[in-house]
Amino acid sequence: MALTKAEFGQGVRSALDDPQIRQNFRSAMDGLIRKRLSAFPDPDKLERLRLEAAEIRAKALSRLPDLLQQLEHNCTRNGIQVHWAETVEEANQIVLGIMQRHGATRMIKGKSMVSEEMGLNHFLEQHGIECLESDLGEFIIQLVGEAPSHIIAPAIHKNRFQVAEIFRDKFPDIPYTDDIEQLTRNAREILRRKFHDAPVGLSGVNFAVAETGTLCLVENEGNGRMCTTIPPVHIAVTGIEKVVERLSDVPPLLDILVGSATGQPITTYFNMISSPRRPGEQDGPEEVHLVLLDNGRSRIYQDEELIATLRCIRCGACMNHCPVYTRIGGHAYTSTIPGPIGSILEPQKKGLDQLGVLPTASTLCGACGAVCPVRIPIPQLLNRLRFEGVSKQSGKVPGAGSQRKRSEAAAWALWSWVHSHPALYRLATSMAGRLRGLLPNRIGAWTRVRTAPRLAARSLHQLMAREQKRS
Amino acid sequence: MSEKTREYPETPGRVYFFGTCLIDLFYPEAGLAGIELIRREGVEVVFPQGQTCCGQPAWNSGYRDQARQVARAQLDCFQDPLAVVVPSGSCAGMMRHHYPQLFQGDADQARAIELSGRVFELTEFLVQVLHIQLQDLGPPTRVALHTSCAARREMGVASDHLQLLQQLGNVELVEPERKEECCGFGGTFAIKHPDISAVMVHDKAAAIRDTGAEQLVSGDCGCLMNIHGHLQHQGAGLAAEHIASFLWERTHGAD
Repeated sequence: MALTKAEFGQGVRSALDDPQIRQNFRSAMDGLIRKRLSAFPDPDKLERLRLEAAEIRAKALSRLPDLLQQLEHNCTRNGIQVHWAETVEEANQIVLGIMQRHGATRMIKGKSMVSEEMGLNHFLEQHGIECLESDLGEFIIQLVGEAPSHIIAPAIHKNRFQVAEIFRDKFPDIPYTDDIEQLTRNAREILRRKFHDAPVGLSGVNFAVAETGTLCLVENEGNGRMCTTIPPVHIAVTGIEKVVERLSDVPPLLDILVGSATGQPITTYFNMISSPRRPGEQDGPEEVHLVLLDNGRSRIYQDEELIATLRCIRCGACMNHCPVYTRIGGHAYTSTIPGPIGSILEPQKKGLDQLGVLPTASTLCGACGAVCPVRIPIPQLLNRLRFEGVSKQSGKVPGAGSQRKRSEAAAWALWSWVHSHPALYRLATSMAGRLRGLLPNRIGAWTRVRTAPRLAARSLHQLMAREQKRS
Repeated sequence: MSEKTREYPETPGRVYFFGTCLIDLFYPEAGLAGIELIRREGVEVVFPQGQTCCGQPAWNSGYRDQARQVARAQLDCFQDPLAVVVPSGSCAGMMRHHYPQLFQGDADQARAIELSGRVFELTEFLVQVLHIQLQDLGPPTRVALHTSCAARREMGVASDHLQLLQQLGNVELVEPERKEECCGFGGTFAIKHPDISAVMVHDKAAAIRDTGAEQLVSGDCGCLMNIHGHLQHQGAGLAAEHIASFLWERTHGAD
């Protein structure tokens, strides 16, 4: 379903009208900005690391088909079963097939934005399979049936009192607390039993290393390790763009990912999954599956400018620093991934006819591009997608041209005609200056919160022409 | 994207002045002040009457053909190999960083690249090329600076804005909270997404008022129109000026 400008506006207003949401995001984003800053005290060093990380990602993408084949080869050699999915439907079917082969009716999940992209929980539930989110934030919002509002902090729109209310409502047997540590302890207690009983665990992947066939998973709660080691079957789902060439590419990417995301020097857990349990080993899953999802990525790959979108390592820094995201939160975007990176990625995947409004929801202030750890030129790509949205030429992005409105196009044509004919421009502006008393004091939405700008009696052109005449 | 590595030329004898459409129509005194500041350093200023707009509004709205048509008129207008001084981080950023992309594959690509190489934002030009020394003749005042996103992140001239204001002995410079955050103008953004823009300018104006500043100064008229418009709408008696006007008024004395 297409997100119209009016629908987007509605979501925006409901977020803006909720002081709790605005305060929760503002204080959380302020905190994340501060933490990132303290993780990278030396700006020159940060720039060097950004350059290195951007190069690693760009190089991997330039060899994407080769690296994916290499990844498949090495994973298979390690005993990891590799599955390819062109669409989310295919990916869901693959996961369902694995579940059914094992007669599994329950799944425990670590955090995975690709599983959100697939709508996996909903799909599996329709087939009688219960999915339990084990990331604390995901666990909280699953209790109330909400979608993540941030890619690394999915429940960031709730404060601890709201979380305490949810727990009181959903777990009446547990004594009420709004103490964060106790709330976490309670969630841990509930989840611990579930880990033990789940026949299948699912996780995402942060980096898939082609040369070794290793799946890297970055997390802080240990739930990722539980999901990938305790259940007898582990399914990893990821987008095809997550592949990197070599194991030595991982440390710089990990450094900049973690610093950009949470400001930590390293996460509490870093998992490198290289095979199922081998003979004689005490633990680990008996089967490991890797589902590689395309869902439009190979199309993005083909455009030499837009391919930069795929460099993203999902740190969330662009949303943390975005003045628009900070105000409206993640849900207003309606897309799986919100914020600046979502506004370039999601319309490319779903089509500009569906999400063409998102690239306009930016002031192009450049904060996202300035902090992106892999130097994705997000403002430039927002601009490109605005162009694709209103372009008459058929572009490489699905739904190109769908945002073009005849009245707007006519206004720009007129604007362009006046501003490319200097004599006409001078005539029009000098008349406007003379008639300025007749201009309205109210101009649409602008004057709802601002006074109308006042035209000068004489333009700079006129003042300078007069000066030239005098001399 | 800031340009720490840009090499600056020696002080030239003549420069072009590109007034920008907002200054032309709404803040012509800022344009005059910018011109006077340059002239006082002994540099002749040429103001071609054929100039109009850099083309950015259409460029940022996705209407590239229309933007290119307007930008081409500026290529025709600023043909001599003189520095082009622009009293706006945003318009300077358009000409310096986006013209090459706008004309990619176009017959005028080489001209666009050539022009982009000699575009300077006004405060950048005053500090880095003219090495201007200012003497403050004004009364003591407390000033908040808002640096536009394009001046800060695209042109990398936030420090040039600051350097100029810091030369003024009677000016106490105060720093609004979250000074790096956008004011919510964003060109057509303010019209397309008025609710988000309104919240952003409200927060920006509050941060500026909280400093206790008597005056707001900015190097970009888009931000000024947005923030000052909101302050006036609130009935706040805070003066707001383009940095060129402010600098000129405080340093030119009675003549």
